[in-house]
Amino acid sequence: MKVIAVDIAIVGAGGAGLRAAIAAAEADSTLKILLVSKVYPMRSHTVAAEGGSAGVVQPHDSLEHHFNDTVTGGDWLCDQDVVDYFVAHCTEEMVQLEHWGCPWSRKPDGHVNVRAFGGMKIERTWFAADKTGFHMLHTLFQTSIKYPSIKRLDEHFCTDLIVEDGRCQGVVAIDIASGDFTFVAAKAVIIATGGAGRVYQQNTNGGIVTGDGMAMAFRHGVALRDMEFVQYHPTCMPGSGLLFTEACRGEGGILTNKDGYRYLQDYGLGPPDPWPRNKAMELGPRDRLSQAFWHEERKGRTIATRHGAAVNLDLRQLGAKKLRERLPQICELAESFLGIDPAEKPIPVRPAVHYTMGGIWVNGETATNLAGLFAVGECSSIGIHGANRLGSNSLAELSVFGKVAGEAAARCARLLPPGPIARLERQVDDVYRRAIDLMRNETGGERLATLRDTMAESMEAGCGIFRFESEMKKTCDTLAELKGRYRRLQLYDTSRAWNTEWLAAIELGYQIDVAEAMAHSARGRKESRGAHSRIDGFEQRDDVNFLKHTLAVYRAEGPPAISYSPATITRSPPGKRAYGAEGERLASQGAEP
Amino acid sequence: MTGDESMAEWRITVEILRYRPEQDAAPVVQSYEIPCVDDMSVLQALQYIKDHIDGTLSFRWSCRMAICGSCGMMIDGRPQLACQTILRAGNQRPLRIEPLLHFPIERDLVVTVSEFVSKIESIYPFIIPKYPRRLAEGEYLQTPGEMARFENFSDCINCMLCYAACPQFGENPDFLGPGALALLQRYNGDSRDAGQAKRMELVHTENGAWSCTAVGYCSEVCPKHVDPANAVNQNKTNSALDFFLRFLPRSGTIERGA
Repeated sequence: MKVIAVDIAIVGAGGAGLRAAIAAAEADSTLKILLVSKVYPMRSHTVAAEGGSAGVVQPHDSLEHHFNDTVTGGDWLCDQDVVDYFVAHCTEEMVQLEHWGCPWSRKPDGHVNVRAFGGMKIERTWFAADKTGFHMLHTLFQTSIKYPSIKRLDEHFCTDLIVEDGRCQGVVAIDIASGDFTFVAAKAVIIATGGAGRVYQQNTNGGIVTGDGMAMAFRHGVALRDMEFVQYHPTCMPGSGLLFTEACRGEGGILTNKDGYRYLQDYGLGPPDPWPRNKAMELGPRDRLSQAFWHEERKGRTIATRHGAAVNLDLRQLGAKKLRERLPQICELAESFLGIDPAEKPIPVRPAVHYTMGGIWVNGETATNLAGLFAVGECSSIGIHGANRLGSNSLAELSVFGKVAGEAAARCARLLPPGPIARLERQVDDVYRRAIDLMRNETGGERLATLRDTMAESMEAGCGIFRFESEMKKTCDTLAELKGRYRRLQLYDTSRAWNTEWLAAIELGYQIDVAEAMAHSARGRKESRGAHSRIDGFEQRDDVNFLKHTLAVYRAEGPPAISYSPATITRSPPGKRAYGAEGERLASQGAEP
Repeated sequence: MTGDESMAEWRITVEILRYRPEQDAAPVVQSYEIPCVDDMSVLQALQYIKDHIDGTLSFRWSCRMAICGSCGMMIDGRPQLACQTILRAGNQRPLRIEPLLHFPIERDLVVTVSEFVSKIESIYPFIIPKYPRRLAEGEYLQTPGEMARFENFSDCINCMLCYAACPQFGENPDFLGPGALALLQRYNGDSRDAGQAKRMELVHTENGAWSCTAVGYCSEVCPKHVDPANAVNQNKTNSALDFFLRFLPRSGTIERGA
């Protein structure tokens, strides 16, 4: 087995990982930094983010507004001290990306332009047409090339962390092209592996979004926090789940049901006019919009498509010129995948899983409670998303906290002598053997796809937009059963070079663990808050018992142990979460929103 | 995932060029018959095969929406993204899928990407600031007109379809190629950047822009309309300009000697 010793190993080379690498390199150019990613950096899922990234710039906007939109949007489950740090650093990060070349869309005078987004009081979403994540990712990747101390292991798949003497000392990775193993010994490890949306059937996520880092940390005793909060994005392609950005509505698009009626006015988001109007109707928050769809479907007011119920995302009023300028990728997606010109016809859309609000529990400096281990980006739970993430906050998060993570890991690595590589060998060998064992060709076992689809369907049924105890229990039972069936998995590919079936099997193991954390966390939360909505007697938010974070802790046998920790409330006590006319009335009385 | 038997509308034969380095001496064609629905992508066809028929088939994919650049392959002889190529109704002909032309095959539909990435890394693909600016000074001003000079070239998703379309790259694997030259022009054309002279050294070389014979197929196959052929042309113009500028007096002084 190949051994590489570095100061900082970063697992995942998407936006968060790259930003961390650059920050670490700038903090100390003598540190050896290694990005380990199962794909080339520009394939990472940051690439698919469309709408934009938040940062206060307009004179009539303020950090206070961004704070309030975030905390209200998160249904008060945010850690407000962390939100304060976050909103105070978003704009400088967006400017930093501009200095590195990110092609932000501009106003005629040459300043950066901003657009409206859901749940946002004042427009503050920086955008690069409707390919913001793509441009941020490529900018970060290309900028990272400038730093000689940043090296990469591209297309290397991480199978485990190495933990010894109570600290994380490195990772083991498979070189996908050869199937050979590498032990990366590191003084600090940053996990930046993104979310876990692929545990659901209909999702906006790329195939690589399988919760690898979450599961690796989880299995080493690091708690996964607030995993029940999974965001359904309201406007996705039926069947595939591909995303039509919230910017569609930010630019003036509307949602109508089969009667052409703007149904959101029936769900506390109206009145419909004047339009567009911030924090109302189609610019309400994602959880509310997805819940409204669910009700419309049950009322029989949705449109039947080959891939299930849908409503119409109508962009016709924007006109062809604005559509091409502001939403070119949306036009392309509608045309190539649906044969629809959005200037001529509405696009059928429905909610699909988009984002995991929860993740690896970290403090405000991205450190986990395992020494030497940090986590950042969607894989982490740092406390800014609460029960429902505000659109535009995730790209900002990976920038702001990517930098924090890089600097924190650099401080950590500088303090330590090189690790005891020889002593870790046995553990590394165990990791290797476990991975290889999975490849056994046991006849009569089940196919990977069967288990994967069973998991994904069960998550939709039990941990969907609305949740019931009986369905959640069923999902928990199914996942427990899948863990047993996983041990009898049959792989058909036993070769080493580019064995993607084998890697998918390792991923499925990660996914089942993460799904269990989600389902058991959901079952434990006997209230409705943000994206966790129950209609089995727990329809209301319960601040007395549940204004707290869920912690799921891994157990080798049986489901994760669930406990709770307090949410940090500094200056915004839980209030009524209102949008549309009611939100406007509350705001006029001086109470945010 | 589509590909559910109950939705089948017709069946299609998919012929795939396969190569498994641990068992095949040379690439061989393998055929699969799959159910096909109206809005199915070639990627979904491959996923169907992998999930239900043959777990040993290897290919790269991720985003499914033509932005991550992973799933470029030859589809019926043309370089295309598998996720964006839709099997519209009625197509009864066998579908032919092969790895991207001009690249070494690692396995099945997976080709070697590292050399392309090295080219990207070699062209100084970052802003070398004209006027360094502190964060507190805010953003550089750049008008939409200034942005239009490079914006198109910044849309490249590194899918390498243009390399598979490029006969010159087929002849000379060291040719910088359309994608890298487009990225190079993306930075040269950026009003914030002052790195052109450095990058032009690469453009002037035998593996730079002059290797291009202006076939233009690269732009035709580009899924993001980046128009790398135009970028290469701009590089040729700049290169020629540099060539002639060598003979002119520079900043008021006459250069002596060569």
